[in-house]
Amino acid sequence: MSYLPYVVAVWLLVVGLYGVVTSRNLVHLTQCLAVAQSSSYLLLLAIGFRTGGIAPVFSGVSTGRKAVDPIVQALTLTDVVVSVTISGLLLAISVQVFKRHHSLDPAAGREMQG
Amino acid sequence: MRLTVFAVAGASLAVLLGYAVFGLPPFGTFHGPYTDYLLAHAVGQRHGTNVVAAVTFDYRGFDTMGEEFILFSAVSGVALLLRASRDSEYERPVDAQPVESLTAVGLLASPVFVVVGLWLVAHGPVTPGGGFQGGVVLAAGALLIYIAGQYRGFRTATDEAVLDAAESVGAGGFIVVGLVGMGLGAAFLHNFLPYGRIGHIDSSGATAVINAAVGLEVAAAFVLLVTEFTEEVTSARAHRKLRDDADREGA
Repeated sequence: MSYLPYVVAVWLLVVGLYGVVTSRNLVHLTQCLAVAQSSSYLLLLAIGFRTGGIAPVFSGVSTGRKAVDPIVQALTLTDVVVSVTISGLLLAISVQVFKRHHSLDPAAGREMQG
Repeated sequence: MRLTVFAVAGASLAVLLGYAVFGLPPFGTFHGPYTDYLLAHAVGQRHGTNVVAAVTFDYRGFDTMGEEFILFSAVSGVALLLRASRDSEYERPVDAQPVESLTAVGLLASPVFVVVGLWLVAHGPVTPGGGFQGGVVLAAGALLIYIAGQYRGFRTATDEAVLDAAESVGAGGFIVVGLVGMGLGAAFLHNFLPYGRIGHIDSSGATAVINAAVGLEVAAAFVLLVTEFTEEVTSARAHRKLRDDADREGA
């Protein structure tokens, strides 16, 4: 059972990619990508977790206490920012696609150009 | 066809990743040399009790600068994509008649969010929170005005020129702090301010300044990001209204 969080992370990635592959709507596709990206948060945080560890914030707590890894938490912060910026850019592109093709279907642009 | 390709690729990926994760240390038993070092020494070295903030803004400060510019360039990209195709002359929509309870809750909650956001940014180096988290809460405080149905009020509170400037100052402030450290003969992003008493709000030297710059940048970036999209909606709505009016006149 001690590997369960990692397996869940793999599952999230694959199920998110499945959504990206089968999506018929660019907004839905962006959300599927966000699901796939959330697997990396889970993986990072799961790796850094230590049983019985407190959060790595020592206000009012002695520094000798066992704590979880602060580095992966900082990396997750970067990860979240990257995910949000990608969602923002993709949604902006979706707006442009809709203006040009009056459809949010990822296949629409290709068909109409040909 | 698409599904067949994905079934093969997805299954292979799942099997390979599944194989890989079982090579990781079991959940809860992680043991890294950097982790042990930081947990033992970060508070003593950096005088901030939030080790995550110390890693983000100090030990990995250079990396976070890159991260901040990812956000900066993404928001610039969104603005570029959406502003270019927006007609400069469109009618501002009239505020819809909002539900009174929504307006009341939104306008009451907005200042609370702003205070909580400022609190999270200011205490970032000491307690859970920091520039990124607090910045997002600050942006949410501004967005609550929009949710309350006061679009004009929202746009007045978040003037685009001010947002653009705040975002640039936030992003540039990070580099300035780094360069000041360099100008004083040390490394880029070297802490040049005195450390205070451990656990106090002013304890962590230049980290607190960088943290505040990031808070400003993130808050401005998120409000700007959402504003670009809401402007899009409102301009489309205004266009539809114009078209409908023209149709009615024609009929």
